[in-house]
Amino acid sequence: MINLAGRDILHSWGKFVFTGFGLGLLIGVTLTMAGVYRGMIDDAQVLLDNSGADLWIVQQDTQGPYAESSSIYDDIWRRVASYPGVAEAASVTYFTMQVRLGKRDVRALVTGIVTGEIGAPGWPRFLIAGRQITRDHYEAIADIASGLHLGDVIQIRRNYYTVVGLTRRMVSSGGDPMIFIPLKDAQEAQYLKDNDAIIEQRHRTEASPVYNRPGVPGLLDEVIRTQSTNPTVNAVLIRVKPGFDSRLIAEQIQRWNRLQVFDRAGMEAILTGKLIATSAKQIGMFLVILAIVSAAIVAFIIYTLTLGKIREIAVLKLIGTRNSTIASMILQQAIGLGLIGFAVGKISSTLWAPIFPKYILLTPMDALYGLIAVLLICALASVLAIRAALRVDPAEAIGG
Amino acid sequence: MTHGIRIENLSKRYGTGNTAVDALKNVNMAVAPGEVVGLIGPSGSGKSTLLKCLGAVIKPTTGKMILGDEVIFDNDWRIKDLRALRRDKIGFVFQAPYLIPFLDVTDNIALLPMLAGVPNKEARARAQELLEALDVASRARAMPAQLSGGEQQRVAIARGLINRPPVILADEPTAPLDSARALAVIRILNDMAQRYQTAIIVVTHDEKIIPTFKRIYHIRDGVTFEEAGEGRAIT
Repeated sequence: MINLAGRDILHSWGKFVFTGFGLGLLIGVTLTMAGVYRGMIDDAQVLLDNSGADLWIVQQDTQGPYAESSSIYDDIWRRVASYPGVAEAASVTYFTMQVRLGKRDVRALVTGIVTGEIGAPGWPRFLIAGRQITRDHYEAIADIASGLHLGDVIQIRRNYYTVVGLTRRMVSSGGDPMIFIPLKDAQEAQYLKDNDAIIEQRHRTEASPVYNRPGVPGLLDEVIRTQSTNPTVNAVLIRVKPGFDSRLIAEQIQRWNRLQVFDRAGMEAILTGKLIATSAKQIGMFLVILAIVSAAIVAFIIYTLTLGKIREIAVLKLIGTRNSTIASMILQQAIGLGLIGFAVGKISSTLWAPIFPKYILLTPMDALYGLIAVLLICALASVLAIRAALRVDPAEAIGG
Repeated sequence: MTHGIRIENLSKRYGTGNTAVDALKNVNMAVAPGEVVGLIGPSGSGKSTLLKCLGAVIKPTTGKMILGDEVIFDNDWRIKDLRALRRDKIGFVFQAPYLIPFLDVTDNIALLPMLAGVPNKEARARAQELLEALDVASRARAMPAQLSGGEQQRVAIARGLINRPPVILADEPTAPLDSARALAVIRILNDMAQRYQTAIIVVTHDEKIIPTFKRIYHIRDGVTFEEAGEGRAIT
């Protein structure tokens, strides 16, 4: 038996290919949206993976350091480093800002890491170029997504940093590239006031009779010193020794230090379940709308193509073609259109994904689910056309 | 006497009660195998209704239809699968050829036996044989859009003949053709009727071809009456 659908597609291939191309672009957008969602999840996971931490110590009753602000003293790491099972502990700071490079700037997650302890929690684990930070000040490691190069001099607040190393896929949960600088610089930069504010604060302190007492020498200087330094960090990252239960260590730290401690699962739940939950819902809505639009387009196209063949369908029915053969022809054409569209969509999304500023992760499983969804949508969309074709009266082929 | 098709007191009523319309009133007709008859009548006379009844597309109200030796309708259908009846026992040739535009000439003809389960190779061989008989074998691989009007109509005739039906219903097959081509089509129908012993009923308004029929059925207000035609030879 001849494959009527295949012959029709081959006969009017231009119509099918162009229609499939248009549909494919829509499917490409849908796959890209799914890729954006997967990219967000992956960004969150690589942020945790690349931190090299098993536990995150943050301010009590906060969900920091990524989802909420958190402020703890920078000497806490000393206390927790001596707990049984703790292999390494290191303070870190995180703050998002516009980092300036000459006249342009780039949005980045500036991360303060302890210097002198290469490989400590919080450090970039792999470099694709350059070296790690070896000095206590004014060196930086940047992710390649920032567009920075080795030797670039960037400005963070009023200090300048030379890029000495480059990383790949070191990004925040929002997809901003990470820039690592020494912890002391980061602490200063995070809370640094401008010069006018510092001068005004000194004047206010000097004018206060509480701090400026004639009979207490050194008090005013000490107050001003504490006002101009910052002894806090956002979190302490802990790497647990193999064989120790990170949950037990977390419980002990929480109980005795009045701090909040998250393990990997807890932090992942915050990042994927809370931080990007709204974005995920937004993308989910887009996916639903795009699926409906795709279905409507396929239904309209197949219906129009079928209406254009009403006389031929009437003739086919008159000469004894089974309804199932006609329905199968329309269904196969809808699925053929879907397959063309999917191929175009997959290729186009793969081609344009690297151009997007945010990471887009196109997984084979998503592509497979996408293909199944496209085929289901096409099958559903053909129902209208099949219904119209089956209602054609074979008598229409006979004039009068 | 064996008939290609015979109908006795065939009636068709549309609607019921006060709005009922009798489109056919006790129509009688008989066409022998190998015979080509004309069916002539003005618009609204019941030609198309009769053709649809003969083609098992609509159900007559009362009467009897015999196809070959088989009673297919006797106040009700005697055949369950009308689709298979149309496919295997009735050939259709339309005013326009209505070839399937995405199938080539051979497959347009071979489709019918294929639908009946005949293997593709055999169906195409039968189509090729008919194309040779109708002198369009050279266009076997052409698409319908590449054919002239006359060639398309010959292919449509071949499609009507492919399953060797006892009857072919031709609905104004010469309407879009000029005189020479119209007469050529009628000559082909006569030749095919003789060769395959098929009864052919040609519905027509075409003054050019009416003199070629040996027998003509006139239909007016749902009633038929028969007259002898001129049976003029086609040169």
